[in-house]
Amino acid sequence: MIHLQNIEKVYRTSTIETLALNNINLNIRKGEFVSIMGPSGCGKSTLLNVMGLLDEPSKGTVEIDGQAVTQYRDKELAQLRNQKIGFIFQSFHLINDLSVLDNVEIPLLYRSANGRPRQEYAKDALMKVGLSNRMKHFPKQLSGGQKQRVAIARAIVGNPDIILADEPTGNLDSAMGNEIMNILQQLNNDGATIVMVTHDEQMAKRTHRLVRLFDGTQVL
Amino acid sequence: MLTNYIKIAWKVLLRHPFYTFITLFGISLTLTVLMVLTSFLDHLVGTHYPEMKRDRSLYLMLMVQRDSAHTGRSSGPMSFKFLTNYAKTLKTPERVTIFSAFNSSNAYVGSQKIKLKTKFTDADFWQVMDFKFLEGKPYNEQNIANGDYVVVITDDFRKQYFSDATESVIGKDVDIENIHYKVIGVVKGSPVTRPVTCADVYFPYTAPKSNYQRDGMRGGFMSILLARDKSDLPAINEEFQSRISQIPLPGVENGYKYTTLEVKSEPYAENFIGQIIDGGPGLKAILFGVIGFILFMLLGLPAINLVNVNVSRIMERGSEIGVRKAFGAPVRTLVWQFIIENIFITFIGGAIALLLTSIVIYFINSSGWIAYADLTINLSVFLISILVCLIFGFLSGVLPALRMSKLTIAEALKS
Ligand SMILES: Nc1ncnc2c1ncn2[C@@H]1O[C@H](COP(=O)(O)OP(=O)(O)OP(=O)(O)O)[C@@H](O)[C@H]1O
Ligand SMILES: [Mg+2]
Repeated sequence: MIHLQNIEKVYRTSTIETLALNNINLNIRKGEFVSIMGPSGCGKSTLLNVMGLLDEPSKGTVEIDGQAVTQYRDKELAQLRNQKIGFIFQSFHLINDLSVLDNVEIPLLYRSANGRPRQEYAKDALMKVGLSNRMKHFPKQLSGGQKQRVAIARAIVGNPDIILADEPTGNLDSAMGNEIMNILQQLNNDGATIVMVTHDEQMAKRTHRLVRLFDGTQVL
Repeated sequence: MLTNYIKIAWKVLLRHPFYTFITLFGISLTLTVLMVLTSFLDHLVGTHYPEMKRDRSLYLMLMVQRDSAHTGRSSGPMSFKFLTNYAKTLKTPERVTIFSAFNSSNAYVGSQKIKLKTKFTDADFWQVMDFKFLEGKPYNEQNIANGDYVVVITDDFRKQYFSDATESVIGKDVDIENIHYKVIGVVKGSPVTRPVTCADVYFPYTAPKSNYQRDGMRGGFMSILLARDKSDLPAINEEFQSRISQIPLPGVENGYKYTTLEVKSEPYAENFIGQIIDGGPGLKAILFGVIGFILFMLLGLPAINLVNVNVSRIMERGSEIGVRKAFGAPVRTLVWQFIIENIFITFIGGAIALLLTSIVIYFINSSGWIAYADLTINLSVFLISILVCLIFGFLSGVLPALRMSKLTIAEALKS
């Protein structure tokens, strides 16, 4: 589903050069639930961003569902993200000015309509994460766990094959974290391919496979 | 999609009251100034009461005589005789009127002096102009031939001179410079910004002191050539100019030797602008420079300021931009989002400006600063303003959007 080959990512500032990813080769199969672990600053987020086409690698090739994206332009990349990938971030990244329902609808704004009204899809997604009673609320009126569930609803509303989650439970207490993890597992059981960055060994144990990074290099 | 954008735009406006205030203040103030100015310009050169036929009229306002060395020139209105010979007898116009520039006179009510603007006209004047007669009627060819002492006065003068406003004043006497005239008609007055028609009292040209029998080509009179149709204007101009070109040169007028002679016959707006810039190419350059500078200050600076405010306002929304891109928004779509947002804000500013302009115009019209002022927000002024709105909105949306599109999504999400 996701194929990374010889990926290298270098950050250059005026004073230093950081090798954030060093020769990463990774193949994630359809339906897999993979967790990424490693110390802070080892390149986990960078790796996830490269997989999700949010950042360009300095070297190497990324293939999503058989499509090599090296030559893709902005419009094609946007379309690929829109169709195939849903993101969940540690700090939620909800748009504060929009209601829960409007937030969840966002991915659907960027595809051509297909019969049913967008709202219906958004309501379904919110139902799946158990938030159908908070649709008219605004992000500021929600708890951390609720916000992350809205973010999950937004990630799954377009029915993507791949879900990329960067420390989805990082800002939540363990009870909330477990709840989020349950939802992700359910999504995986329903067929989604999931890659999740985490610091929590317990969470990692509940996934199929663990990738460990150290200083930008894959050690496991 | 559109409602989604406008929802966001509205929320962003409410979230930053200060930015919103600055932005809207800038837009609406600029547009208000622009609209009041255009309205004023339209008041000056547009087709308005009582000169309702300006669009098919040629104005003969000035004769310019120059000497051979082109070192000096002498210019001014023309004599009644000259205009009678060279304008009144033209074949192509539907009608030609001759009238004087306005002169000053005094009238007395008891011991109180009233300063008056007076004008001498022919009978055709009342046909070419569309004065509204509140009472009575204009003087005709017969009155003129008889040399009747009759006048048409304005409603303002009627109020000043005749204290009793309820009674008709037709047939009553007015005493101007110790001569008695009979009032034959009362018209709604023309504003002072229309010098061709503005006066308090209108006399037949055969009334005393009009100097209509004076010899020579220069004097105190002007003329309007009215065409049957706008398309006749070039032919009329041609006929008049060919007549003028037959005047023998060189000649002498009041001791001034001239070798060239020019009388322009042109539409009012051209004449108006011509008078302003009739100071040689140097002055013209300065004038356009000044106008350009004022326009720049008026439009450029607020626009630049607006773009600046918008850039920071949009860059502040890095997270939103990152999220939208991550979930599949192409850069183009985002650019459109910000353009639509800005156009929306600009239109709110435009609506405020429209309101402010109506208020300003209302006060100009009712303050008496210009008697009979009739400024309006007309359709073209409004459309120009809308266009300016659009350009503003576009300018201030594109730039920030382009800057923002350079960020990678990962960077945008971090900000
Ligand atoms: N935009 C950037 N410019 C320069 N260096 C960067 C940039 N983004 C990340 N880095 C560097 O790249 C390395 C990897 O960063 P990354 O965010 O991927 O780490 P991480 O494993 O996600 O850490 P954490 O667990 O703290 O989130 C770090 O050393 C970081 O300083
Ligand atoms: Mg990270």
